[in-house]
Amino acid sequence: MFEEITVCPASQAMLQKAKDENIRTCFDRISDQKSCPFGDSGGCCRVCSTGPCRISPKKADEETGLCGASADVIAAKNFVRMIAGGASAHSDHGRGVAEVLLLAAKGEIPGYTIKDTKKLLMLAEVFEIPTENRKAEDIAIELAEKCLNEFSKDEPLTFLKRAPLNRQNLWKEKGIAPRGIDKEVVESMSMTLMGNSLDYKEIMRAGTRAALADGWGGSMIGTELQDVLFGTPKPIRSKVNLGVLKKDEVNIIVHGHEPLLSEIIVMVAKQQDMLDYAKKHGARGINIAGICCTANEVLMRHGVPLAGNFIQQELAIITGAVEAMVVDVQCVFQSLPQIAHCYHTKVITTNKRAKIPGAVHIEFDEHDAVQSATEIIRMAIENYPKRDQIKVDIPDEAIDLVAGFSHETINHMLGGSFRATYRPLNDAIIDGRIRGVVGIVGCNNPRVRHDDIHITLAKELIAKDVLVVSTGCAAMAFGKAGLLLPEAAKYAGPGLAEICETVGIPPVLHCGSCVDNSRLLIAVSEIAHIGGLGDDIGGLPACGCAPEWMSEKAIAIGQYFVASGAPVLFGVGFPITGGGMKDLLFKEYWDEYTALWAVEPDPIKQAEILVKWIDNAREKLGIKERPPRVLYDMAMRRELKF
Amino acid sequence: MSKIIASAAIRGAYKLVDRAENEIKSAVEKFGKDRKVEFPNTAYYLPIIYGMTGIAVKKLGDMDEVLNIAKGLLPPHPSESVWLPYLGGTLDAGMATLFVEEMIEALKYLEEPIPYLIAPSPDENNLWIGAADDKILRERGIEFVDGTAPGFAACVGSLPDAETAVKIAQELQEKSLYVFMCAQHNGKGMAEQLKEKNIQMGWETRLVPFGQDVTSAVFALGFAARAAMSFGGVKPGDYRRILMYNRHRVFAFVLALGEVTDEWYATAAGAINYGFPVIADTDIPTIYPRGICLYEHVVPNVSHEEMVAKALQVRGLKVVHVNIDIPVAYAPAFEGERIKKEDVFVEMCSSRTKKPSFEFVTMKPIEEVEDSRVEIIGHDLDEIKEGDLLSLGIVVEIAGARFQKDFEPILERQIHKFVNEAQGIWHAGQRDINWVRISKAAFAKGFRLRHFGNILHAKIHEGYSGIVDKVQVKIYTDEEKARELLNIARASYVERDERTAGMTDEGVDVFYSCALCQSFAPTHVCIVTPERQGLCGAYSWLDCKASYEIDPYGPNKPVKKGEAIDEKKGAWKGINEAIVALSQGKIERMNAYTMMEDPMTSCGCFECISCLLPLCNGIMTVDRDSSMMTPCGMKFSTLAGSVGGGVQSPGFIGHSKLYISSKKFVSGDGGLLRLTWMPKNLKEQLREKLEKLSKELGVEGFVDMIADETIASTQEEVYEHMQRVGHPALNMESIV
Repeated sequence: MFEEITVCPASQAMLQKAKDENIRTCFDRISDQKSCPFGDSGGCCRVCSTGPCRISPKKADEETGLCGASADVIAAKNFVRMIAGGASAHSDHGRGVAEVLLLAAKGEIPGYTIKDTKKLLMLAEVFEIPTENRKAEDIAIELAEKCLNEFSKDEPLTFLKRAPLNRQNLWKEKGIAPRGIDKEVVESMSMTLMGNSLDYKEIMRAGTRAALADGWGGSMIGTELQDVLFGTPKPIRSKVNLGVLKKDEVNIIVHGHEPLLSEIIVMVAKQQDMLDYAKKHGARGINIAGICCTANEVLMRHGVPLAGNFIQQELAIITGAVEAMVVDVQCVFQSLPQIAHCYHTKVITTNKRAKIPGAVHIEFDEHDAVQSATEIIRMAIENYPKRDQIKVDIPDEAIDLVAGFSHETINHMLGGSFRATYRPLNDAIIDGRIRGVVGIVGCNNPRVRHDDIHITLAKELIAKDVLVVSTGCAAMAFGKAGLLLPEAAKYAGPGLAEICETVGIPPVLHCGSCVDNSRLLIAVSEIAHIGGLGDDIGGLPACGCAPEWMSEKAIAIGQYFVASGAPVLFGVGFPITGGGMKDLLFKEYWDEYTALWAVEPDPIKQAEILVKWIDNAREKLGIKERPPRVLYDMAMRRELKF
Repeated sequence: MSKIIASAAIRGAYKLVDRAENEIKSAVEKFGKDRKVEFPNTAYYLPIIYGMTGIAVKKLGDMDEVLNIAKGLLPPHPSESVWLPYLGGTLDAGMATLFVEEMIEALKYLEEPIPYLIAPSPDENNLWIGAADDKILRERGIEFVDGTAPGFAACVGSLPDAETAVKIAQELQEKSLYVFMCAQHNGKGMAEQLKEKNIQMGWETRLVPFGQDVTSAVFALGFAARAAMSFGGVKPGDYRRILMYNRHRVFAFVLALGEVTDEWYATAAGAINYGFPVIADTDIPTIYPRGICLYEHVVPNVSHEEMVAKALQVRGLKVVHVNIDIPVAYAPAFEGERIKKEDVFVEMCSSRTKKPSFEFVTMKPIEEVEDSRVEIIGHDLDEIKEGDLLSLGIVVEIAGARFQKDFEPILERQIHKFVNEAQGIWHAGQRDINWVRISKAAFAKGFRLRHFGNILHAKIHEGYSGIVDKVQVKIYTDEEKARELLNIARASYVERDERTAGMTDEGVDVFYSCALCQSFAPTHVCIVTPERQGLCGAYSWLDCKASYEIDPYGPNKPVKKGEAIDEKKGAWKGINEAIVALSQGKIERMNAYTMMEDPMTSCGCFECISCLLPLCNGIMTVDRDSSMMTPCGMKFSTLAGSVGGGVQSPGFIGHSKLYISSKKFVSGDGGLLRLTWMPKNLKEQLREKLEKLSKELGVEGFVDMIADETIASTQEEVYEHMQRVGHPALNMESIV
């Protein structure tokens, strides 16, 4: 009976259990929480108390706010405030990582070290930090300091130079090359204040800078410095879905977005004293599993199994088998302690930014992360004997998957250590074996059938030879559907299947958490750099899609992709109103950024739109047909650059 | 299916790493860790390892580090299900394989006797010639750079029969490719099949038998790595550029002939790192998607009839082949072919037959030349018997609106190469001291003297279309007529010699730049003057002039000397401006006559390298044919590594052999009289010219004052010799 709500069998089983045990979840709350039609279309203005003013979606061109603000201005302000919210979340994350790197490099925080010096040196080059005859720690200190400076500086962000030159020039020309991340977020908030900017295009420009400051700033700092601290992800096997919880082990779920603490939890949980302590309490071991992007982070680097995605967080507790759900930041339901109350589960909050009434709070202190982690694990172990076996029902589903597709992995998997390159990917696109690349990213949203939009869309795309790259909760949906298995090449069209077989990869690549969308920026930039497909991100047969999105972060991500040149399609719905805003985002952006926004809730139609974008790009690039084989004589060989 | 290939290659890599580990262990037990290991006469150590990692393996003990790197490169075996990406790992396994195979091969050079013949071609007793030394590398590698050889076919295994082997070898030769042969299939290698058919093998015919073991494939891939370091100016350890250099310049491929074993797969995976695809005659899986190679990576099931054509297509190679209407094969590979006395149908050579023999290119008014006309004055081969003595006057008459008298000798010099590249024809010498042999086999295939005309007509048009409009060839076998023409030709030879002998740097306003080698040494510019040829020895001032006429957008451009800055050092404003422009701003100024300050840069093609010997207050020079240690403490190969690549290295210059006998030879530093040491062979080659020049410089008997390797091998010994003979450099002002 829950098949209409979710395609995930484990979730269906847990919803039945919830119903039997009379526990309410987000899937129940949706019936008493109809979405507000004004807010839904971005026409509810709450920036001052002369309102809130509401613009009816049907009368957008007639109605104004009390102050006279047009639908376009109201929608732009709301949209940009969402961007600012999303950008601040990723950027706070990035700053936290930079601070930890600084302390780690200074040797002030036990448990953290520099794990990937190769990445450190690469980043040092980007930041023009001298490396010769210097210790890794000294380089890391300078790198962390420079990254922290990215938050407040007046010059354009350093990472912008990793984009193709044409895109950099376009940003300069349009006045949207972002400066310090905090500055852009603050400015976009200030511009949307009552009575400040009343030009929707100007407001959107500020929002675009904040969005770019997220993608090429906060998020990228987060991703890259995490790689330095915890290692750059490599291909790795794991499993996904609630079936990864163990009947006879202490189950600890890490949930949220930042790996700073969960990395240490994973490390400490392997210690013999902890294992002994678990045994002493009757458990065979300690099982760490994850939910949301914290899960993706520890999956990518350690193969820690995924318990589930965003809207499975309540369901995980309902298995009755979770000793502790340790949450950090973002996407955490306030309902967790209430549900946990029905079982023995302890919900442990760890970040001052995300406390929940009713949860245990153990503040994550980076100066003594091992102590924090130990305390958490001990608490979970001590909770194990309280597990009520009668209430335990762990679903069987635990699907194999392969993850770990960082930019570095893609380089290595295509060319090995000596010829690491995207060349084979570009050639596969040029030859039409791969029609294009779509990033399917983002959240779950209980307003649409859970995981269904993601999976249906991905299957449609891969069958049409479109390579799918994925992050966040979308990637987990694919894992559950078996699409992250190399064997899933059988669902792919003949061209993509041939590439999957040549390289040994699944047709859908798990590229990490939602801050790791910055990896996708680097990937599309590299496709442009490597040559043969134009010299910009704009115009590549590559686009993005968030079919089940819900978070403000998704809006920020979407906007930075559009401004970077990749068209973006959203499912569910889209919070804008006003003819001007619609024209700007859905049409005029094409002339401005060679990319635009589009909205379509139906996955089959989504696939059609994405494939059409790809095919149009292919035609413009002159690769509609497979190019003829060129044979090289000496003069032509001399022209080949290397 | 690619996974099958990946699994096999990775298995093969593990096996070879094990084998290498065992063999290294036994060798260390037998010889100790300090035992020297090397391929003979190379400055590139074990070149693949040196190129990819920068590690110079000099003794057995150095192998451990490399073995550990190889082990670190080995990926896990692809699993039955839920496999991890394997393409990158397979390529790494391939590279690990090449590293250990190179060490396995190096260990063979410790065996007694060494299983390889250390020579450029096999002899009766030993077919396998193993690693090429640096002399071969420089002679042959340059052909990969200038396009004379577009690449090589690494032929692994053998064909079903010797006839097919010969056919494929010849087809590859006709495409100007080198044929590198290794490994065995059905107990035989392709080279053994060619031997059965008495095919002449060795570097000079481009059919190179490396070894029986598949591991000897590293000689081919090591050669490729050395070409990138030597001619491409790529630094050891810069693996990416070495591999990309090969992908884009050396159009090589692997022909897998016979059952592909795990070890073959592993070696092939190594080759794919270079962008060299694999074409197989067996039913193995495919890897069609491109990227690491230009096109397909593995193409199986190719029939022997279409194998060469298919291989070229897969590699993306276009071999421009001028169709010359002659009944024998025609390709650079046949230039090195010998014709034994017993195989000769007829030979022409004044000194041997006492009948006139010569060749002569002469300019004619356009109305006197009928293009493509070939006229035989006298008998052709049909009308004589085997062993008859015949006169031969080859007269090429050229008309062209832009043709000049000065170009006559340039084209005439090409006759040797053009004629020699026909199979069954052998040619040596020039002018009236030429010597031509035509084999019985060529005669039997229908080769006649008129075909010389066809060859010369086609090749002159092909190479010199910019200056040549019409070509006709007259071949004189009638003794009397031949003698008549010989006298005309001789008068012309004398006139030309007088003209060129009188050419001086001061006598002209323009020098020529040569940027031919910029494709591999992007900042190098040669400045060619009447008294200083290009450092490769192949381009004189006149050659450059002709080349500019032929193609004004080509590598040679006239450069106005402009105002002199320093006549003694050879510095001119115009030349400096040209240097800046042509080196993309990398080189700011150049002195033509001194090696001590802003000397000319070098690409890597130099015939000789001169360097300072401070103790002797003089200089030494060494040519690339000499492999001995020199008094500066470096062999030619090592010197070449530090002088090339388009950088100015004060105290060092690369130059042609002939330049040593020029009045302008380091004239700003004191000229020829600074020369204190040179290899004996080179000294004898140039003796006459050097005697003449030193006499003009006022020193009698100077040539014997120059030490050589039989007299001195260190600076101190050179100095002692100088004191003994009273070398003039001792009394010259300090060179530094």
